[in-house]
Amino acid sequence: MKRLLCLFAVVCSAWAEVPTAIAIHNARIIPVSGPAIERGTVVLRNGLIESVGANVNPPADAWIIEAEGLTVYPGLIDGLSSVGIPEAAPAAPAGGAGAAGRAAAAPAAVATTPAKGPEDRPNTTSWLRAADLVKLTDSRIESVRSDGFTTTVTFPMTGIFAGQGAVIDLSGDRPGKMVVAEPVGQYITLSSSGFGGGFPGSLMGTIAYIRQVYLDADHYTKARELYASHKGLPRPEYDRAIEGVLASPRILLPASRRVDVDRMIRFAAELKQPVILYGVPEGYHSADLLKKAGTPVLVNLKWPEKPAESDPDDFGVLQSLEVHAKAPSTPAVLAKNGVKFAFYSGGITKRADLLKAIKRATDAGLSTDDALRAMTLAPAEIFGVADRVGSIEPGKIANLVVTKGDLFDEKTKVQFVFVDGMKYEPVPEPAVPGNRGAGERPTPSEGVQQ
Amino acid sequence: MKSLILSLMVSSTLAAAPAIVIRNATVLTVTKGTYTGSVVIQDGKIIAAGETVMAPPGAQIVDGTGKYVMPGIIDCHSHIAADSINEGAVSVSSMVGIEDVLNPEDIAIYRALAGGVTTANILHGSANSIGGKCTVIKLRWGKDAHDIIFEGALPGIKFALGENPKRAGNANGFQQNANLRYPATRMGVEDVIREAFTDAKAYRQEWNDYNAKIAKGEVAIPPRRDLKLEPLVEVLEGKRLVHAHCYRQDEILMLLRVADEFNFKIRTLQHVLEGYKVAKEIAAHGAGASTFSDWWDYKMEAADAIPYNAAIMMKKGILVSLNSDSAELMRHLNDEAAKTMKYGGLTETEALSTITINPAKQLMIDNRVGSIEVGKDADLAIFDKHPLSNYAKVEKVYIDGQLYFDREKDLSERPGHEQEKKSLIEKEKEQLKKAGPGARRPT
Repeated sequence: MKRLLCLFAVVCSAWAEVPTAIAIHNARIIPVSGPAIERGTVVLRNGLIESVGANVNPPADAWIIEAEGLTVYPGLIDGLSSVGIPEAAPAAPAGGAGAAGRAAAAPAAVATTPAKGPEDRPNTTSWLRAADLVKLTDSRIESVRSDGFTTTVTFPMTGIFAGQGAVIDLSGDRPGKMVVAEPVGQYITLSSSGFGGGFPGSLMGTIAYIRQVYLDADHYTKARELYASHKGLPRPEYDRAIEGVLASPRILLPASRRVDVDRMIRFAAELKQPVILYGVPEGYHSADLLKKAGTPVLVNLKWPEKPAESDPDDFGVLQSLEVHAKAPSTPAVLAKNGVKFAFYSGGITKRADLLKAIKRATDAGLSTDDALRAMTLAPAEIFGVADRVGSIEPGKIANLVVTKGDLFDEKTKVQFVFVDGMKYEPVPEPAVPGNRGAGERPTPSEGVQQ
Repeated sequence: MKSLILSLMVSSTLAAAPAIVIRNATVLTVTKGTYTGSVVIQDGKIIAAGETVMAPPGAQIVDGTGKYVMPGIIDCHSHIAADSINEGAVSVSSMVGIEDVLNPEDIAIYRALAGGVTTANILHGSANSIGGKCTVIKLRWGKDAHDIIFEGALPGIKFALGENPKRAGNANGFQQNANLRYPATRMGVEDVIREAFTDAKAYRQEWNDYNAKIAKGEVAIPPRRDLKLEPLVEVLEGKRLVHAHCYRQDEILMLLRVADEFNFKIRTLQHVLEGYKVAKEIAAHGAGASTFSDWWDYKMEAADAIPYNAAIMMKKGILVSLNSDSAELMRHLNDEAAKTMKYGGLTETEALSTITINPAKQLMIDNRVGSIEVGKDADLAIFDKHPLSNYAKVEKVYIDGQLYFDREKDLSERPGHEQEKKSLIEKEKEQLKKAGPGARRPT
């Protein structure tokens, strides 16, 4: 049996063991929810954190990890992702943002004949639930877990109303066991088909469509209530698009420029929907709007930069240069202004690149504490799961990342990752980029502008 | 540059705005003649105008010696400051609106300001028989989207006749083999408009019936709100202005007849290059005309255009304005107005009225803007020469009494912007070097 297990471990490069209790002893502990504990113990039992502190003694029945010189952090959370939905993974490593893969994520839902108006519910799969779509077969699970991510907030990402997200733990032996909370929001893009496609063919068409859907949702609710309470009224039609919209506790809307932030905050208020804005590279000059509205933000760590195919001598207009230079200061400005924000990896595939992106944010004034919070407790709070994940506290899910050295130091190695109390060892980075897992993580669409 | 301008705008707003006296200038009021004297601005309004005025204490004096002051130019047909213009997928796109996609960061706003424009009617495009909702804006560069909307201006809607709306239904048109869309002929355009207003009337009836039932205490499921039909009901009720893109006299007459039949008004005919042929009928309907000075023959339906169009229509009693329909032409609408003096013999004041008080009347905002009169918004352009001279340059532009464009300041800031750009390019090069060659993925 032991030998078999070992063989299994070699084949999968990951070894999950399941003792009831584990004590990580004499480690440096960064709970995020409180001050760092320079030397202490974290006890995990039955997938939960049982206790944490400087004076905690390992229980007699616990397996003990002597963690002298190691640091324990809460498991990282990717605030916006498609990891866990295998169809959303790009078909090939060089396949760009994986448009084909994403289209495959919602095959039955997209109408084949172009929509003639809002009533055809174009590009809408609001009823899809990430919780129904996640599978352990997504090879990206292992690769992002190796970087210290224990949790992702995973969404279907195709279409205008793409579907409902779920907070998932990157562990378990059945898909249902991955799900921490769902539905946690409706992922909305402002995509349109352009000239010659169906409705909507423009940004304003997409906005009008979304507005009509929410008016229809109000009507749907009212009509059903009246129908249920009064005999003799016409029977309201069943509409799965509306069902999906009504089941979503909040919406996610894309915003790049200040004008988008302003527009989307007003739009969400008009729709009477709690909203999270995602993308927000120009948050550095939108903080006043976000603060005033109390809108939380998911910041894409893939900072905008000069397109790779562009003329090497053409640096474009002053405005885009300014955005390239200032975008990484967004988190610092948001933190200073008290705007709630979390990070998402936005298509960054390698840990080294992720750390570089974070470093640009900290170089621009973000504290490392706030950076860590943006990948742990902040996304948990934004999605309403801070009672379960995001920090090292008794009673929370045993999601931890254990490192030798500072998490944000490029030289630091992830030693192990605990997800739901299961211990995983990171798989090594591949020699050839792109060979690990399924390659690139897809980038969430920022909402095509036009 | 953007941020610099923004910060300047902010600082000028924060300071308690003192009164401004533009002194000793030639003032072209458009509605009250031309005089040499002063214009006094306070709290965003013109509080005095005349040869001799009383200036409030502490007023900022702007020396207007040798300069010309005119009302801020109004463009009745523009497509700047919006992130999308055409919802081309449907023949009736009245559910969409420019207000949803206003982009106050569009540099075309600043450039139009530099041409003396202070107000513009931002129209949906001409891809559909009935297009989207339009929004009148003031060119308050540096403000957020909501704050550039001309508060209180009646909303509009775009209609379009002729080649553009029927093109999307034509297999040989610009969308070959694409998703063809009705209509493909001028007859079809008329049919689309008739059907839409027939639907709008039925929709209005549906709501009236429902409200009557509720008033009687009956239980009923309300009609579904329809964002496509609501604006058309507003048109029927005179609460939304129709701006109709058109060229040929036959389609112009068609639209006027359909409007008469359904009992609504066409507020302006846009382009209306054959308007001179049916001026009497246009005047009888009460529609305004917003045309080009001398754009001609850029497509089949524009072949019969003449530069005398504006003058002829005006002499037949039509309210005529000249518009730009272009971010470039928008920057010299004063030149366009001057052409009506050469072609058609309009007076200076008549020429100026085509880009000031007339478009203001067409947009029903003439109580606020369009001329230099006491009580109106202090939207002013100061030119170094007579604005109907094509040597004239705009020196200063005020909106609501605030300075939004200052040529001198713009020129003096250019070296700073150059410097800023250079240092940003250096920074970016540095960043690219740091990221290394492997940092770029072939996506």
